[in-house]
Amino acid sequence: MNRKLQDLLLILPGVGWLTVFMVIPCAIVFFYAFQERGIYGGVDYVYNLENFSRAFEPVYFAIFLISAKIAGLATLFSVLIAYPAAYAISLSPRDRQMRYLFLVMLPFWSNYLIRTYAWIVLLNREGIINNSLESIGLIDEPLPILYNQFAVVTGLVYNYLPFVILAIYSSIQRLNPEIREASEDLGAPGWKTFVRVTLPLTLSGVAAGAVFVFVLSIGNFITPDLLGGGRIQMVGNLIYDQFLSARDWPFGAALSMILILIMMVLLFAQAFAVNRAQGRKEAANV
Amino acid sequence: MSDARRASPALKLHLGLVYVFLYAPIAVLMVLSFNRGGMPTAWTGFSFTWYAKLVHSPEIISSTVNTLIVAVSSTFIATVLGTLLALGVERRRASSGLDALLFAPMIIPDIVLAIALLSFFTLLEFTLGLHSIILSHAVFNIAFVCAVVRTRLRHFDHSIVEASIDLGASEFTTFRRITLPVIFPGVLAGALLAFTLSVDEFIIAYFTSGAGSSSTTLPMRIYSMIRFGVTPEINAMATIVMLFSFALVFFSQRVDRSGANKGALTGE
Repeated sequence: MNRKLQDLLLILPGVGWLTVFMVIPCAIVFFYAFQERGIYGGVDYVYNLENFSRAFEPVYFAIFLISAKIAGLATLFSVLIAYPAAYAISLSPRDRQMRYLFLVMLPFWSNYLIRTYAWIVLLNREGIINNSLESIGLIDEPLPILYNQFAVVTGLVYNYLPFVILAIYSSIQRLNPEIREASEDLGAPGWKTFVRVTLPLTLSGVAAGAVFVFVLSIGNFITPDLLGGGRIQMVGNLIYDQFLSARDWPFGAALSMILILIMMVLLFAQAFAVNRAQGRKEAANV
Repeated sequence: MSDARRASPALKLHLGLVYVFLYAPIAVLMVLSFNRGGMPTAWTGFSFTWYAKLVHSPEIISSTVNTLIVAVSSTFIATVLGTLLALGVERRRASSGLDALLFAPMIIPDIVLAIALLSFFTLLEFTLGLHSIILSHAVFNIAFVCAVVRTRLRHFDHSIVEASIDLGASEFTTFRRITLPVIFPGVLAGALLAFTLSVDEFIIAYFTSGAGSSSTTLPMRIYSMIRFGVTPEINAMATIVMLFSFALVFFSQRVDRSGANKGALTGE
């Protein structure tokens, strides 16, 4: 059989599946974003840009801002917690590093709903944390730590931290140890080597982890829904409402397109930054 | 020497606290699932009450069966198509368009893929049910299987394929006797990953299941239990689901490692 034809036969079923069940559905959403809402909740085929201008009305724009703020905080805390953890793993004995990483990743593979639910049990008014604080007399009445931004950020950090640790660990791992040694041989103290050499050269891992957390957080639905208790609305929840309760599909479609656009910009920026860092790293490795 | 470098006590303490942060919530659920009283406020004795309640709930049983049907079917589709795709893609010149198509299902927000599929099925007037969840889950599963198998193929020494052909084996025999055994651990690891993802997936299933409870999956059931409030049954449910996922991950790790050893034997 002709090799070209063979390649085609291997690729076609998979690509066809993704085209029918992802590309075309997304194209429909893209198309809907420019249509009008029907009186009975359907879609009226009247081209207009109304949905996009509506997304920038203060009520909805505020939701985008809150989503970005929550996703930003989750990203910041994830990176701040993950970096020292990844660094500690990379400094541990070689034969144990894989085991440590496996232990970091294991919770990541359990059910997302359940991992999020665990925080309801921990944070609610009669939850473990409030209860123990009360019993040792630190507080008189339960702290309001569930159903607010704090709870949502905590849930997001909890769910995505393992991946950030993995991303940062692998960038530390790729680092050429000789560069660090050179810096130390030239008399730089440990902290200076870290700030001037290790940290800048591992920023690509930080960026990969950060973009991952931010992208998954800003489009998140479950965490704000369960830990925000209906009081915190993020873009994901707004889209959900447009499709299942408000029945304004064109507006929900426009919101989805804006979300995808934000994600794509971030991913491109990250790819660009990684390419530049790669260039610098190669120069440093020569 | 870099091997002489050691993590300071402060770094070690930080790492320890990270593990506490990661595992304490899970441990709490597991312990509470055996609490007779069921409430997190007081330990009233060890019991299997909540597990017994689960086993006797017809809704839990039927949603578990639904989840298994969806996961097995979508994993089967994804394993076949994803593996073929990986084989085809790795033989060709790199194409960024194709790479983007294969990367997209992994990063597109679940909620967006969910509404897109709902729009698509509605437009076609397709009746929703377990079959539409299967078709939808296969989308991200194909991408994940393909990614896992591709990683494996990249470490694959292609000269053994050429050697086999030079020795007169047909392409099909070469595939069956050489390529498949070498990539098999990757295929199995990809399939296990796909299965785990499908068993846990909630939003896409929720949007593509249609009305009616006949196609409710386990995560959908768990979601409505959580929305209803903190009930002790969820702890028992959570414990079972988590232990199941952890067992799958352990298994897939073993498979991948045994595959790595085989790679070493073939001079990889």
